[in-house]
Amino acid sequence: MSLPIYATPLEKTWHHIRRILCCLVFLFLIAPILIVIPLSFNAEPYFTFTQKMLSLDPTGFSLRWYDALLTTGMHAPEAARGSSWWRDMWEHAQWISAAKNSMIVGFFSTLLATTLGTLAALGLSRPEMPARRIIMAVLISPMIVPIIITATGLFFFYSSIRIQDWGIPYLGIILAHSILGIPFVIITVTATLVGFDHSLTRAAASMGATPWTTFRSITLPLILPGMISGALFAFVTSFDEVVVVMFIASPDEQTIPRQMWNGIRESISPAILSVATILVVFSVLLLTAVELLRRRSEKMRAADTSI
Amino acid sequence: MKKFLALSCAFSTFAFAAQADITVVSWGGAYEKSQVEAYNKPFMAQTGTKITMTSADNPAGPIKSMVESGNVTIDVADLEYTDALRLCDEGLLEPIDPASLPPAPDGTPATEDFLEGAVTECAIASMVFSNVYGFDTTKFSDQKPSTIADFFDLEKFPGKRGMRKTAKANLEMALMADGVAPGDVYATLETPEGLDRAFAMLDKIKGQTVWWEAGAQPPQLLADGEVAMTTAYNGRLFSAVVTEGKPFEVVWDGQVYEYELFGIPKGAPNKDEALEYIKFATGTQRLADQTKWISYGPARKSSLPLVGLFEDGKTEMAPNMPTAEANMKRSLRTSVDFWVDRDVEISERFNTWLTN
Amino acid sequence: MADLSANGAITGSNVAVTPLSTTDGRSLKTALAAAQSRAKRRALLLVLPLLLFILISFVLPIGQMLLRSVHNDAFSANMPVLSAWFDENPGKAPDEAAYSALVSDLRQARADKTAGLIGTRVNYDLAGSRSMFTAAARKAPELEPPYRDAVLAINADWGNPALWQAMRSASTPYTANFYLAALDMTRDPQGNIVRVEESRRIYVSHFVKTFVFSGVITAICLILAYPVAHMLATLPLGKSNLLMILVLLPFWTSLLVRTTSWMVLLQEQGVVNNALVATGTVDPANRLSMMYNQTGTVIAMVHILLPFMILPLYAVMRPIKPHYVRAARSLGASSWTAFRQVYLPQTLPGIGAGALLVFILAVGYYITPALVGGASGQMISNFIAYHMQSSLNWSMAAALAAILLAAVLLLYWLYDRLVGIDNIKLG
Repeated sequence: MSLPIYATPLEKTWHHIRRILCCLVFLFLIAPILIVIPLSFNAEPYFTFTQKMLSLDPTGFSLRWYDALLTTGMHAPEAARGSSWWRDMWEHAQWISAAKNSMIVGFFSTLLATTLGTLAALGLSRPEMPARRIIMAVLISPMIVPIIITATGLFFFYSSIRIQDWGIPYLGIILAHSILGIPFVIITVTATLVGFDHSLTRAAASMGATPWTTFRSITLPLILPGMISGALFAFVTSFDEVVVVMFIASPDEQTIPRQMWNGIRESISPAILSVATILVVFSVLLLTAVELLRRRSEKMRAADTSI
Repeated sequence: MKKFLALSCAFSTFAFAAQADITVVSWGGAYEKSQVEAYNKPFMAQTGTKITMTSADNPAGPIKSMVESGNVTIDVADLEYTDALRLCDEGLLEPIDPASLPPAPDGTPATEDFLEGAVTECAIASMVFSNVYGFDTTKFSDQKPSTIADFFDLEKFPGKRGMRKTAKANLEMALMADGVAPGDVYATLETPEGLDRAFAMLDKIKGQTVWWEAGAQPPQLLADGEVAMTTAYNGRLFSAVVTEGKPFEVVWDGQVYEYELFGIPKGAPNKDEALEYIKFATGTQRLADQTKWISYGPARKSSLPLVGLFEDGKTEMAPNMPTAEANMKRSLRTSVDFWVDRDVEISERFNTWLTN
Repeated sequence: MADLSANGAITGSNVAVTPLSTTDGRSLKTALAAAQSRAKRRALLLVLPLLLFILISFVLPIGQMLLRSVHNDAFSANMPVLSAWFDENPGKAPDEAAYSALVSDLRQARADKTAGLIGTRVNYDLAGSRSMFTAAARKAPELEPPYRDAVLAINADWGNPALWQAMRSASTPYTANFYLAALDMTRDPQGNIVRVEESRRIYVSHFVKTFVFSGVITAICLILAYPVAHMLATLPLGKSNLLMILVLLPFWTSLLVRTTSWMVLLQEQGVVNNALVATGTVDPANRLSMMYNQTGTVIAMVHILLPFMILPLYAVMRPIKPHYVRAARSLGASSWTAFRQVYLPQTLPGIGAGALLVFILAVGYYITPALVGGASGQMISNFIAYHMQSSLNWSMAAALAAILLAAVLLLYWLYDRLVGIDNIKLG
């Protein structure tokens, strides 16, 4: 981005304008996400900075909205905060039970998506794979089919097979969310296999390694970063999904996004902003994990090609 | 693998802990709170049956999908009158025997104790609510809106409006604002010219209107300053004023009121408990108790004398009811016959109008 | 693979002379083919579990749902006698037998409580007819022959040929009428396809609007993303990785969180308006309304989709060497010419990839328009949801969904042809 010495004054101005423009775009990207953090500590029920907050008066800030997250839905929120208060909170607080549901659904759908997705990605990356293009297109399609179509389709399908009567809680949502997560796993895992030298596995096989040993000691280390970041993508997809949940979840299977949807429409009290803040922190952690993995993968592939 | 099993066991205990005995779908917000306080808590204390509350923009919506797909997950639905009749018409609600309802404390049979029309084939009314409009007093300092016509008058009272995203109640209000007497509203709406007249009235404020869907939204829109005045269910505005101290005022002129009823979707998983719940909730004392939490009129005559103060212990509830004499001067009861038959067609026109 | 290891002795000289064979005596050609097909099967076997899973629990359900757009048996299943009469008497005006069939079906409908369903089905084709069915069903048990007069006595509209035309068309469960309705068309009493009256046209304009909207969003994303991607691509890797975090963080942040943030920012009493009022840019009485309208939807959707544009652009720009532009400049091209003729063409694949992806995602968007769109910011997805959840006209929802899906799949196919699905980048 450095300017060549032969640049004309006009070009120099343009160069600076462009820099400013880029900064504005970065601001546009990041500011909305950061703005909720200070606002979630607002002592007043408003969504804008109060005079006290702007002058950094400590009384303008409070944790009351975080407290509200714990107490909403409790049977006895006013009780003394002893062990029974905490038990009450753990069992009845709306946001806590939504968080539990989100975790359960996220965990199992990620597990399913990662397992099936990784296997498929291994198959798809083999040079011998027949009908690769069309199969790939089908497997990635859940990512591009409008979510409302997926949700309505699944609603009728699950009703027709009476999935609620199978006695497995959360089954419908878990299956649905794993479908939505699978494209991410396939994309990230196949990306780690691009340029993979298949003679490596052949070499291993010719030296007598079983397919399992070959997989474990050659393929797995290579695809592991892709698998993990695909799994994280799948988890985030499930953790953020609201439309399918709206259509197929039973009333006691409400997740965090579903709860947020209600909250946004009914009353964006700053309590919503405190959930948002927690989720932003969560996504920062995930992003860090994915970035570390990506770098590791790049290093490994660099080492691989230099052999 | 062991770890995994332990983990999934831990997860499944959550799942079963969350299992509810009966599920009630209602409208969220302050109204839902009044039901939890007045019905659910004493019911749970008395029977031990656990109640899960969920909310929908309109609880009638999910019922058809659930019944027709054979996947009913709710036991009791809180319904508007026209929706209750229509669902009943389509065989989507369980019939309820009115003789099974508890009598008034003085022994008057339930069928006589309930207000006229409050007991139907498939649903039992709990209260009377009203569509009114409210405004933010801080936005109108010199002259305050006081009639339904003021709501449609952008010149005299500039500012954004909020309205429910349905044709029902809005069309009636529009006609009353246009000078049609409450008694003639439905006769006018029956004619194509009358319908055009109502839409023409709505046209006046269309460009300045924010459309809400969930009952909790309008007080929020007012509080956020997103609108200067909005139609709302009267109880929601009342709660915002009394419990949250918001500077709102209700205009009763041109109110459109109707019953709110409890029904049981066909094939509800816990039909018997659901019926017990409805019998309990529509009892004299419970209906009177609800007024402690929200300003909706009870559907039983025997409950009326029991109406007292709001939960704050100082606000007299009777003058805040849609049925109070002073509030009824120019008012209209929703015509169920009109809407049951014409809803599909008029809603279609309304939606086309809305988006074009 | 192991079988081939025995063939270490292939030399150039004996290829032409004798056919090669493996140590177990098979010809090399067969052995190779066998190995090849085994490898194929193995690859397929790895993909199969997922493929079956997706086909059964994703493709099949959507197909099943779309079937509803041409199949609706609310009338034919609940009015069996009259449907049979229609079958036996093609093109015939209703006679006493038809009215008698009608009454017998309505009596059954009264007992089964299906009059509302039947009326709703006919109402889709002929607005205002629902109440005729519910009213007639209520009175059906008391009717006496001759039925024609009895029915007409309830409501003279029962003699309306348009009603009989609508019932006839509803008497077979398969119909194309919902597609017609989705394209703002209908059949006149003679059965010709005509456009519906102006005031009732709604879907075509919303399909157009959805595409225009998506196009605008894609264009804004491209304009914003291009300089940013260029800057990231020309910075040293360390710095650009750091800045890349600013692009990726929104990508990883919950959609609902981002939508909430925009609501907080754009409200009339929100942060942006307050800042503008405080700085005196905007008069406190005329705060900007940026929410519950198209503006809010466009802003929030651009924010949400921008990373999908930046990432593919960056991937294409990173490997472009600065030498070409420099060479162009040294040969006398102005910086604009050098950009237009040398740099821009090299980034076209990235532009195509990003623009198509953003467009595809935008066309099917639901959540953001539903929360911040108000009445004017609604897209086709929101209409599908409306027919699913509120009007409960599932056949209509399916017809709209089928058209939307066809458009998306066409774009998806285009994406695959131009970019290749394997080239989707996720950070």
